Amino acid sequence: MSTRLGTGGRLIDRTHKLNFSFNGKRLKGFAGDTLAAALMAENQMLVGRSFKYHRPRGIVAAGAEEPNALMNMGRGAKFEPNQRATTTELCEGLTAASQNHWPSLEYDIGALNQYAARVLPAGFYYKTFIHPRPFWKHVFEPIIRQSAGLGQAPKDRDSDRYEHFHADVDVLIIGGGVAGLQSAVIAGRAGARVLLLEQTAHWGGRAPVDGVEVDGQAADIWINNTVQALEAMPNVRLRARCMGAGVYDHGSVLAYERLTDHAPQTDAPRHRLWKIRAHQIITATGAIERPLSFAGNDIPGVMLAAAIRDYVVNYAVSPGDRTVIVTNNDDAYRTAIALHHAGLMVPCIVDARPTATGALPEQARALGIPVKTGTAIAKVKGGKRVTGVALCQQAGEGSVTEEIACDAVGMSGGWSPVVHLWSHCGGKLNWEDQGQFFRPDPARAPISHDGNAFVSAVGSADGHMLTQAVFDSAAAIGTEIATRLGRKVATEPVNVTGPQEQPLVPVWVMPQGAPVEARSKMWLDFQNDVKVSDVQLAAREGYESVEHTKRYTTLGMATDQGKLSNINGLAILANELNARIPEVGTTTFRPPYTPISMGAIAGEARGDIFQPLRRTPLHDWHEDHGAHWEPVGHWRRPYCFPRGEETHAQAVAREIKATRTSLGLLDASTLGKIVVKGPDAGRFMDMLYTNMMSTLQPGKCRYGLMCSENGFLMDDGVVARIDEDTFLCHTTTGGADRIHAHMEDWLQCEWWDWKVFTANITEQWAQIAVVGPNARKLLQKLGGGMDLSASALPFMGWAEGKIGDFDARVFRISFSGELSFEVAVPASQGRAFWDALHAAGAEFNATPYGTEALHVMRAEKGFIMIGDETDGTVIPQDLGLGWAISKKKDDYLGKRAQERAHMIDPARWKLVGLETLDGSVLPDGCYAVAEGVNANGQRNTQGRVTSTYHSPTLSKGIAIGLVLHGPDRMGEIIEFNKVDGGVIRTRIVSPVFYDPEGEKQNV
Amino acid sequence: MRRYSAFAIAREAFRHHLGWERAWASPAPKSRYDVIIVGAGGHGLATAYYLGKNHGITNVAVIEKGWLGGGNTGRNTTIIRSNYLQDPSAAIYEKSRSLYENLSQDFNYNVMFSPRGVIMLAQTEHEVRGYKRTAHANALQGVTTEFISPDRVKDLCPIINIDGPRYPVLGGLWQARGGTARHDAVAWGYARACSAMGMDIIQQCEVTGITAQGGKVTGVQTTKGAIGCAKLGIVVAGHSGVLAEMAGFRLPIESVALQALVSEPIKPCMDVVVMANTVHGYMSQSDKGEMVIGGGADGYNNYTQRGSFHHIEETVRALIETFPMISRLKMLRQWGGIVDMTGDRSPIISPTPLGNCFINCGWGTGGFKAIPGSGWATAEMIAGGAPGPLAAAFGLERFREGRFIDESVAAGVAH
Repeated sequence: MSTRLGTGGRLIDRTHKLNFSFNGKRLKGFAGDTLAAALMAENQMLVGRSFKYHRPRGIVAAGAEEPNALMNMGRGAKFEPNQRATTTELCEGLTAASQNHWPSLEYDIGALNQYAARVLPAGFYYKTFIHPRPFWKHVFEPIIRQSAGLGQAPKDRDSDRYEHFHADVDVLIIGGGVAGLQSAVIAGRAGARVLLLEQTAHWGGRAPVDGVEVDGQAADIWINNTVQALEAMPNVRLRARCMGAGVYDHGSVLAYERLTDHAPQTDAPRHRLWKIRAHQIITATGAIERPLSFAGNDIPGVMLAAAIRDYVVNYAVSPGDRTVIVTNNDDAYRTAIALHHAGLMVPCIVDARPTATGALPEQARALGIPVKTGTAIAKVKGGKRVTGVALCQQAGEGSVTEEIACDAVGMSGGWSPVVHLWSHCGGKLNWEDQGQFFRPDPARAPISHDGNAFVSAVGSADGHMLTQAVFDSAAAIGTEIATRLGRKVATEPVNVTGPQEQPLVPVWVMPQGAPVEARSKMWLDFQNDVKVSDVQLAAREGYESVEHTKRYTTLGMATDQGKLSNINGLAILANELNARIPEVGTTTFRPPYTPISMGAIAGEARGDIFQPLRRTPLHDWHEDHGAHWEPVGHWRRPYCFPRGEETHAQAVAREIKATRTSLGLLDASTLGKIVVKGPDAGRFMDMLYTNMMSTLQPGKCRYGLMCSENGFLMDDGVVARIDEDTFLCHTTTGGADRIHAHMEDWLQCEWWDWKVFTANITEQWAQIAVVGPNARKLLQKLGGGMDLSASALPFMGWAEGKIGDFDARVFRISFSGELSFEVAVPASQGRAFWDALHAAGAEFNATPYGTEALHVMRAEKGFIMIGDETDGTVIPQDLGLGWAISKKKDDYLGKRAQERAHMIDPARWKLVGLETLDGSVLPDGCYAVAEGVNANGQRNTQGRVTSTYHSPTLSKGIAIGLVLHGPDRMGEIIEFNKVDGGVIRTRIVSPVFYDPEGEKQNV
Repeated sequence: MRRYSAFAIAREAFRHHLGWERAWASPAPKSRYDVIIVGAGGHGLATAYYLGKNHGITNVAVIEKGWLGGGNTGRNTTIIRSNYLQDPSAAIYEKSRSLYENLSQDFNYNVMFSPRGVIMLAQTEHEVRGYKRTAHANALQGVTTEFISPDRVKDLCPIINIDGPRYPVLGGLWQARGGTARHDAVAWGYARACSAMGMDIIQQCEVTGITAQGGKVTGVQTTKGAIGCAKLGIVVAGHSGVLAEMAGFRLPIESVALQALVSEPIKPCMDVVVMANTVHGYMSQSDKGEMVIGGGADGYNNYTQRGSFHHIEETVRALIETFPMISRLKMLRQWGGIVDMTGDRSPIISPTPLGNCFINCGWGTGGFKAIPGSGWATAEMIAGGAPGPLAAAFGLERFREGRFIDESVAAGVAH
């Protein structure tokens, strides 16, 4: 059994007990425990079920590489699936539950899958479930989906907060082990701005567990002194519980800080996402131990040798009473020695190497631990827990030489540097034969914008597995980086005492000649149930690329992303293909290093402000007056202002009626307002718009069209000439940012020598449309001395002055067909002006109206709306807007495109009005059908509706649309389709339904 | 080719699966083929497959620089739908979707086509009108779609938040017969079927030049030597511009990175595909349990298969508002692919200025769903020497004539 030892545990506080629960059982641990340590201390080695076969799964590792110990954690709005118990710090009241089983962890129906494992090899689902066809969707897929998946889906909205931090540093060091600390000391002393990150809560990494002595003292002392020294440096920042998640182009790094996962009662954000710009990055990310492939290596109780050492030394937890160590290297002997010193039984060390004569093996022997060289594990015995191992010769086929009772196995197949962050942004790797691992190739480092390397690896992340070499590499790289940054460096040598180690011998399958029965019980990927035999099958079937093998077998695609399985899998594949491992290559390392929460990615931008929320100066008034909102870009605009029990349609009808008969008020502040200014402004405007804008007189307005390079109409709006070199361009609400960018694109990339500035001043002005027969009376009532008479300020004129006490620009423009003044006042005066209009307008029944009334009134007038009449395929000529295209100009954006064959084809769909014969409203988006079908069997069409409304003014349905040769077919009756297959008979009419002579707007 | 079936698996189980043959052969190139297809992604392999199946042309090589299916075929979010607006798009995507329905049976390889349904959310009045238009167009195009209410959206996808706060769901365009498929299996299934017809799939063979005589293509130079051909099909997506340059013409193509990400796997909670174009994000749940998430393309041209993080951030924000429960899921992996975009965001299936050289590219962000239909149409063009009805509108000349096929109304976001 696994249990808590009576003494020891460098990270736990035995005076501080914590209560937690696992699958409803109440358990106890100590402050400083990880959940995995606490579970093991309570003899809970079985912690989950595997993905495919639902095999029992125990804790394997002690860190981020753990594939098995995944938990449903927390409750309600704080529930989270797939939390790794090995990286979860224990806290009071923690609730955890194991995953992927039914009805219980101990007795899981899904475990029947393992008895069928023989017919469920890698990729079996590609070869079956093919017939009968409907069965995949209705039978097979639901079963597979239900048995796959891991944790439960959260149900509630997350109640936690998240935030983002931004940092700019000279040197970012990822990893707070001794290599990272040493690099930080050197860079820090040299005066560089340093940020040092450590993913766990503790500094120093493995060195203290491995019993290293630094400068003649225990590693812990050097670590504490160094951390204190770093904390004292103003130019150095240290962050624990903060993982380097991803390295991106140009020294951009993402880090993931877990602020309150260990202290959930704290009123602080749960996670913090760091966006760091670093001139130089040092990865001091350490190395991860590899499992060995022997039959039954997935049975709970089989763990990484170093992880066992971690649990014993850090948490005083013994994974088993009798632990067999199996290895191909010297390092695992440290575990045997640590277990021995903790008073635990190590029945033997199984070493696959022919001899083991290094300092550590000799030390183990001296302690009386039997060492069996040239030996392998033929098979692990047990079901939900290891009960023993059968041994055999490594060189043979697995005939059992002896059996040893044990309840834990510590395995070590050597170590692989953590090269993920090095590789994210293109860093390349070399294969190192001595240690049998990939390590960073400094000649092919990630390259920054200036052509120089910006990532360096140190310590075991760079393949230095002996502690002295770790310090030396950290000193060398730290010095090099500081020098590269133009800093002076003073280093003090660090001396490490520790045993020398003999090289490992590569062992990818144990025993070497294991038959297929055994190979189909050797797990490579514990979570996804990928075995040695699966990789061999993939290779045999021609899935030879490492990417094919990965995808065919799902090797390395589990939540640990192959941290334990990749190298072992590659070695099997290479062997099967008779290739060297580096020839097979690795799969691509993708961010993040370990999974990061979606909440952290989103940060503070949640709910109402998940995107920027833009408010006009009148926004609160609208809110207070019951506006029904419509999102338009990042704005919200009132769709209508329903009163009492009114429906939206009734409100819209009332707003239109009031406007057409007396007075309506529209908040038009969202309308884009872009100033174009400079000596070349006229020339620029002539290129931008299809119209001739340079001849516009100050004091006048002109309706203008803007086309894309491809000739399609992209925006429209009224341009006012402010003075000789200043134009004010009104754009659509949704188009303002895009059009401003479009202007800048041309100015900066093509016409960079033109003397023009542009500025988006949309938010500087509140703009209110005062519309209706009483519009002039209302403004005159406010006073202020502007002459608003038809002669002084005619249609399409504008003037500046005072309306009442307000500083106003008044534009005589109309989008409704009524007498209309659009009055712009500085944004700060907007609300007061609006209030003043309402107060003075009471006698005229001044009625605020929304976007829907605006749309209906413009449709009644046959005015086009960008986005309704246009869709990226429509040119101004289609819309009867040829009059707005200057024939005198040599060029404008879109001119050449509009001369292309298809654009000048007379057989285009053109703007007309449409009226159903029965007065009903045509459905949105319906098409005018034509005879027959096309070559692909689709019904032929001859037009479509672009805007369709009930007109309260005319008491019938009105529509405008685009119809083939439309303007030549007035009065003709054509059919529009319904989605149910029916048709609606419709007459082609003029698109101007209301006041065709324009008498209303020109008074 | 030995057929795959439950019986075959049971038989093999007795001998520990030692008797399975290769899914596809790995031959050395011959000196000459009737047709060479450059690019062993989904589109290239499908082209080869339908050349053999529909036109009896089997002396075909498919040449691949890396590994088959290793480009965008294996990097997308596996969505299949045909609810397009414009006639030519609807025709080819619907052809493709209908071929997907029988693909597993057609070539005896389970591509796990899952017609679970696709909803495109309408979250602005403008989108409501746009999708109603698409529904009307689809009704005339033989594509079954329906504009559905917010309540129906919620029924189909209970984890969705239809109440805003910023963009309440106003309805959705529902294509019940859209869905997903296992992307790798599509490439592998086509490769196995092509190999079984005697075609040569030559991996790790980069084309370094295109040879021509008298204005007609005669073959390709490769890292495995010169290979002759009567006809050449270029089907290389992101690197189309590079191959076109070798063939002596230019393409109106820009290449940009498109990113995707998956969460850690969870038990089934989402049975449909949801696309939210207003907020720029889409999500579905894979059979493995991962939430598969995609968003918009990066705003700058790029050949690296990486993207910038801020796009991921915007996509995740949008989807947390749409599906609040994902906030406490974790991003397992993000990746990028290079998509080849044309000016009108529609593909190119076309003869080229070089005689007997044809090109298929420009699928942009929507290529996976098109694989069978695209292969069908491209094979028809290569076999007959001129585009058939499915490909007719997608010729290169449309850029010169201004005959764009712009789907911006229906596909404002990557998909």
